[in-house]
Amino acid sequence: MPQLMNRRDLDFMLYELLDIGGLTGAPRFAMHDRAAFDGVLDAAMKLAEQKFLPHAAKLDANEPHFDGERVHIIPEVREALDAYVEGGWMSAAFDERHGGMQLPYAVVAAANGIFVAANCGTSGYPFLTSAAANLLRAHGTPEQQTRYMKPMLEGRWFGTMCLSEPQAGSSLGDIRTRAIPQADGSYHLVGNKMWISGGEHDLSENIVHLVLARIDGAPAGVKGISLFIVPKHRVNPDGSLGARNGVRLAGLNHKMGYRGTVNTALNFGETVPAVGQIVGSPGQGLACMFHMMNEARIGVGMGAATMGYAGYLFSLDYARQRPQGRPASAKDPASKPVMIIEHSDVRRMLLQQKAYVEGGLALCLYCAKLVDEQSIEQDPKRREELHLLLEILTPMAKAWPSDFCLEANKLAIQVLGGYGYTRDYPVERYYRDNRLNPIHEGTNGIQGLDLLGRKVTMHNGAALRLLLGRIGATVKAASAVPELAEYAQALKQAADTAAQVTMTLGQAALQGKLDLFLANAHLYLEMMGHTVIAWLWLEQASKAQAALAGAGAADRAFYAGKLRACRYFFRYELPKAARQAELLARLDDTCLAMSADEF
Amino acid sequence: MKVLVSVKRVVDYNVRIQVKSDGSGVVTDGVKFSMNPFDEIAMEEAVRLREKGKVTEIVAVTIGGAKNEETLRSALAFGADRAIHIKEEGEVQPLTAAKAFAAVLKKEGAQLFLCGKQAIDDDANQTGQMVASLLDIAQATFASKVEVDGSKAQITREIDAGLETLEVDLPAVVSVDLRLNEPRYLKLPDIMKAKKKPIETIGLGDVGVAVEAGTKTVKVAPPPARAKGVMVKTVDELVSALKAKGLV
Repeated sequence: MPQLMNRRDLDFMLYELLDIGGLTGAPRFAMHDRAAFDGVLDAAMKLAEQKFLPHAAKLDANEPHFDGERVHIIPEVREALDAYVEGGWMSAAFDERHGGMQLPYAVVAAANGIFVAANCGTSGYPFLTSAAANLLRAHGTPEQQTRYMKPMLEGRWFGTMCLSEPQAGSSLGDIRTRAIPQADGSYHLVGNKMWISGGEHDLSENIVHLVLARIDGAPAGVKGISLFIVPKHRVNPDGSLGARNGVRLAGLNHKMGYRGTVNTALNFGETVPAVGQIVGSPGQGLACMFHMMNEARIGVGMGAATMGYAGYLFSLDYARQRPQGRPASAKDPASKPVMIIEHSDVRRMLLQQKAYVEGGLALCLYCAKLVDEQSIEQDPKRREELHLLLEILTPMAKAWPSDFCLEANKLAIQVLGGYGYTRDYPVERYYRDNRLNPIHEGTNGIQGLDLLGRKVTMHNGAALRLLLGRIGATVKAASAVPELAEYAQALKQAADTAAQVTMTLGQAALQGKLDLFLANAHLYLEMMGHTVIAWLWLEQASKAQAALAGAGAADRAFYAGKLRACRYFFRYELPKAARQAELLARLDDTCLAMSADEF
Repeated sequence: MKVLVSVKRVVDYNVRIQVKSDGSGVVTDGVKFSMNPFDEIAMEEAVRLREKGKVTEIVAVTIGGAKNEETLRSALAFGADRAIHIKEEGEVQPLTAAKAFAAVLKKEGAQLFLCGKQAIDDDANQTGQMVASLLDIAQATFASKVEVDGSKAQITREIDAGLETLEVDLPAVVSVDLRLNEPRYLKLPDIMKAKKKPIETIGLGDVGVAVEAGTKTVKVAPPPARAKGVMVKTVDELVSALKAKGLV
């Protein structure tokens, strides 16, 4: 049976590549050890395989539906989530003082990725809930934490994030939902929200919507946006549920994938007032939301990587067992067919998937570890450096896996051929599910603008310098290893080119050519993404090369596979970055210049 | 009442086993290990007996190399109160394990010894029975239901003819079968608590047992590949083909 996740590889990344075990040296994580982390991952695998995976296809085929009264979701979802909540997963990353496990984010992110690979639809509900709870942890008052965050961490209430509206998603400055101040300090919200995952269901006693809206009289644009808690059922002072609040389901959205996570359009304050409480100060709504954005975006990249990984493992297993065709050199039509993995083109598709999914996973886990390092770093200067690195890597951690691990899912379908295109195999579902990831949590177009327009230029390019510094250190170490020198040289060149291109673009920005500066931001994101993934492949190859000599037979094959995939990435993929760099350095205006009526 | 549960570290049931090219055993390096699934059922039963108020203390025991500590950590996460690690890096055959477990059982004064009916690595199905014989106490194997009442236990076991219920005097050895229970999912708080529970490490010498190699592994080979099927046209042809192979 194909596995959801290659534990050998996950262990390699967590312990050999990133030394997650080293985090336990810090007081914050001193209560843990590697055996605890292994136990957490084992428990996640088991729960995912036995409670999430079995109903994934059924949930996809039987998406939630609305009968005019309530939303119906197949009962297996509730059963799986009950087991999830009972296992303490909802609060795994939260501090002990909030009743959590205080686990490193890297370990929790890896476990979350396993649940997504098993069944993203069911996983969506608790992930949204812990993200909403995390927002209240950071910005809620103690009273809001007791009243709303606690029941969410206990898994009794679920949460949502209500940002987009029918007319504004990427451009949040244009949202229109009103918040009308009331004499008692509360607000009445009036407006429409769109794409709200988990917006209506009976899976939990209550749903806590975190809603962006404008207080009447607030300035236009993002500075006028505030954040509100608007529960489905109003909450009495003693924490018990009161009357139904004015949040009404306008309808369900019927999606291509991710079907198990019900997606809704919600109307606030249509007939009954939608009573809400403000979180943080007026005008700080987007800032509060973005405070959580790095982790949310790493989470999206992680899910994209593990869905890609699950498709890779499925197609790998298939290719090893599916006989068809003969080697080009075999002339006898009566000879035995070979397994399709023997065909070079199938190996290409498998190797490409491997290079993408293991590269994407490494990037997301690397970022997750930066979150942890930041949380334990005492020295303010080093903490700021970690913060900057995380800032510049996050748009890539979101976008690169969601572009290229989706591509991996496409290849998994291709390996299975016609069978892959049928619903009898999970690979087409992985593709449909994963297709959401380039869109939500900031489209990849937005990620390109974020990277080039904000992150690269912030603090006079300090974040980019730090990143190039880390890449340089890897290059230097690998240059001394004969087997890796070819890659070290190629990475050095790619990084130097990226630095030069960034200078050229920066000069265009200084000259006020802002439209031209950002015209190819997505191309820039891809170029930087490929360079960063090449860096992490060289890091993986360095660890593999060092471990190879002392390894047993099975581990030798594992490490050799790492080296082979590194070679693939450097020879087949990284050269793409050079071509992108050319276009970027030329400030190419082909796309920008094409007017709407020329199409 | 105290119960002793033996747990074994084995190659994970999901792993596709590969035989070493020299036929000396199966490939274990770089392979995931976990607790023998039958032993998980034994652990689960012990925890359920405690939840019913029949058992007051659960002690997990294992024999094997340093890495077996991981398996004991799982047992502690399941709910064992403490664990004993009989450290032995070399090969441990059922008789050696049984002698060691018998000594621990005696020393601990446990009234019940629970174990999986067999370990999924070598499928020997011997250790539990040997422990009972060595101590000359009652045994009930392949349990599908366990009820403890004072100084006796009633054990239901699945046999070819149906279900058989035995009554044994305690102390006794009970080996458990698949359908006894469904082990619970480990909870994160319990995984964390396991680290704080004590693991006592002893050597075989501490329990007065020497390593015995009563059996010798001559060769390990993968099962022969399945031969290609043959299509027959009639029932008669099928019957004669089966007769020719001596199958009917």
